Amino acid sequence: MSVDAVLDVVAAVCLLGGALLSLAAGVALVRFPDLLSRMHAAAKPQVLGLLLVLLGCALRLRTGVDVTTLVLVGAFQLATAPVAAHMIGRAGYPHDRIRTDLLITDELAAHLDRLHADRRP
Amino acid sequence: MTPAARRRNQAVAMIVLVTVWVLLWGTLSWANVLGGLVVGLVVLTVFPLPPVTFAGRVHPVPLLRFALRFLRDLVVASVQIAVLALRFGHPPLGAIIAVPLRVRSDLNLTLTAEALSLVPGSLIVEVDRDAGILYVHVLGVRDRAEVERFRDGVLELEARLIAAIGSAQEQRLIREHTPSTLEGSSR
Repeated sequence: MSVDAVLDVVAAVCLLGGALLSLAAGVALVRFPDLLSRMHAAAKPQVLGLLLVLLGCALRLRTGVDVTTLVLVGAFQLATAPVAAHMIGRAGYPHDRIRTDLLITDELAAHLDRLHADRRP
Repeated sequence: MTPAARRRNQAVAMIVLVTVWVLLWGTLSWANVLGGLVVGLVVLTVFPLPPVTFAGRVHPVPLLRFALRFLRDLVVASVQIAVLALRFGHPPLGAIIAVPLRVRSDLNLTLTAEALSLVPGSLIVEVDRDAGILYVHVLGVRDRAEVERFRDGVLELEARLIAAIGSAQEQRLIREHTPSTLEGSSR
């Protein structure tokens, strides 16, 4: 088997793996019970799923210009995905969209008033 | 901040901006590097960065160890969350835990939070910047023991990060506090 064929097979595996992870995240988004657990599903497939898809594309395209663009897509995705997830989690936390009966422990509830008071002097 | 430290920060920012510019064009040529320098200069002048103090230095071997462990965590946790999503039965339990970090610098707080957020199953809900405490929502834990194991895991992640990019003083801080915090967290 030639090098090209091997690379194509690896690329196909990466693309399929990434697609399957994204599918699992979509299912999780529908099935998970509350805002916080859905945030996990909404923010995370971008990470490994997207990295695998990008890797698959890079192995298939194999030209310098395309690969550098894919590297940038991956880097910015890794840098920004946690920020978006954190902002939504933080905005959603004190509201009743969160099912406290599914939490084993909540060590934030007692500190929330103090944290918010610090921000609004 | 001393002028020398400020110049060092600006030099690092400049190198990153030029690298991004060259990657966007896709070819390494003098025209692209010079263009990147001009664009970087404009960006740094028009949008001055808030001072981020990078006191440490990069240690290649611990950095590689951090990266490999991060990739491993990423794969393991992605599969776990995927299984959790497809499993029938009870809805997954979660917990919100407070993890006080040992090194309270903005950079360490940010990087630890980013690395935690990127791994499936953990999410930063709130940050107490003054006290250096991360409030983490963790998904897929079953009991208190697993919660405590996760807390130790966050502290280990911080230790790996500081080993990779921390200063000698920060590494001493980690070493001095590791035994007591890991014992204390089993309460």
